[in-house]
Amino acid sequence: MAKFYVEDRQIVIPGDLLAEGRDVLVTTPYIYKSGDKFYATIAGLVQVNPEEKRLNLVPLEGAYLPRPGDVVIGVIIDVGLTYWVLDIKAPYTAILYASEALTKPFNPVQDDLRRYYSVGDYLVAKVLSFDRTKNPLLTIKDKGLGRITRGVVVDIKPSRTPRVVGKKGSMLNMLMSETGCNIVVGVNGRVWVRCPSKELEDIVVLAIKKIESEAYTTGLTDRVRMFIQEEKKRLEQS
Amino acid sequence: MKGKTKLIKKDGTRLDGRKPDELRPVRMEVGVLKNADGSALVEMGRTKVIAAVYGPREIHPKHLTLPDRAILRCRYHMAPFSTTDRKSPAPSRREIELSKVIREGLESVVFTELYPRTTIDVFIEVLQADGGTRTAGITAASLALADAGIPMKDLVAGVAVGKVNGILVLDINEVEDEYGEADMPVAMMPSFGEITLLQLNGVLTPEEFEEALKLAEKGIRQLYEHQKEALRKKYSLQKEEV
Repeated sequence: MAKFYVEDRQIVIPGDLLAEGRDVLVTTPYIYKSGDKFYATIAGLVQVNPEEKRLNLVPLEGAYLPRPGDVVIGVIIDVGLTYWVLDIKAPYTAILYASEALTKPFNPVQDDLRRYYSVGDYLVAKVLSFDRTKNPLLTIKDKGLGRITRGVVVDIKPSRTPRVVGKKGSMLNMLMSETGCNIVVGVNGRVWVRCPSKELEDIVVLAIKKIESEAYTTGLTDRVRMFIQEEKKRLEQS
Repeated sequence: MKGKTKLIKKDGTRLDGRKPDELRPVRMEVGVLKNADGSALVEMGRTKVIAAVYGPREIHPKHLTLPDRAILRCRYHMAPFSTTDRKSPAPSRREIELSKVIREGLESVVFTELYPRTTIDVFIEVLQADGGTRTAGITAASLALADAGIPMKDLVAGVAVGKVNGILVLDINEVEDEYGEADMPVAMMPSFGEITLLQLNGVLTPEEFEEALKLAEKGIRQLYEHQKEALRKKYSLQKEEV
């Protein structure tokens, strides 16, 4: 017997009683179980599926926690003998070993990693592994990964990245088709924007900031589209 | 002078016109600081406290790291301008003690095991002090933690109960604390009814203690509603759609 005290897509805060019952399926670490009762531990949106007795909670705030397979954008903050240390906006710094970046064998006696990437470089990378006992490991040996050489990187809240992508990528596709820019979203809250012109780049940055501040409002995709079209019109007139 | 000063008027109200079981006017706001991961401002009458939360983040110095959970660091501090006589900004014995009890009051609600090897830093700054700063501080800190998106069992709210002229009064201010017979700060997780902070200064009989605790719980439940409202307000403009 499962009983739900919240509606689907309702905003909850820590301590809110969400459901009661033995057969409730919880798919997030952000729900606390005490006896047969389920409580929210974080401010977020609940997703309730009464038929399947499923309960999920999407956080509205919070740090980025790496998961294997995530594409992230990191900044190099230190260079070791055989590895780089990257800030990926997570509570833990990430490690990129030379073997996961270079195609040929690397010998630290003869070579210096700074010749390839140095402090301050932005890299698009993929999380190889992370289990909280060890810092996350990254790789850039895949298609579309590597150093960022042009365009801008926009910092947003990590919890807002799903909104920049949108349902099945709707927001992202709209942004790209409206402006002709190339956009890569790092799930850790960094967005890389490459545009044909500086002016378009500025418009996209403003649009992303708008998405960040107005996330979780309805009809956002259409409003952002209107915003971009208006800005483009203004650009043509000047 | 203790106990002799008249703090309850003839009509049974207190010096500031409140009934014995009445809170001071409360104002709470979430997300007041841009640089912090989470922040909150709590005002209880003339007491004004701001809290900022940073983290989970890497620990410096490194040797404090715990392999299985995050550490919680807490600093309660009174601004030099918070009192009528300038307070030295250096941490006093009292502030170090309050930092500790507030930290322990929060440790039991925060799920530190979700972020091993990191730290969660809580800064509580008293801007204006008029009694009940530690309880206002813990109330603000729990709001700031929720604002930072740190998982916790429940919000924590706190209030002090005092005894003045033989009468138990809720949410005592500076004067009532100074000239009253007892001061008992209490903080609780309202959803679970668990106490996370309890101190007692002065003398209460066992019966009075029981009654004082009930009075505190009543006040805490009211504060909890304010807390929930403050947090919900932040998201009231942002509804639905993921």
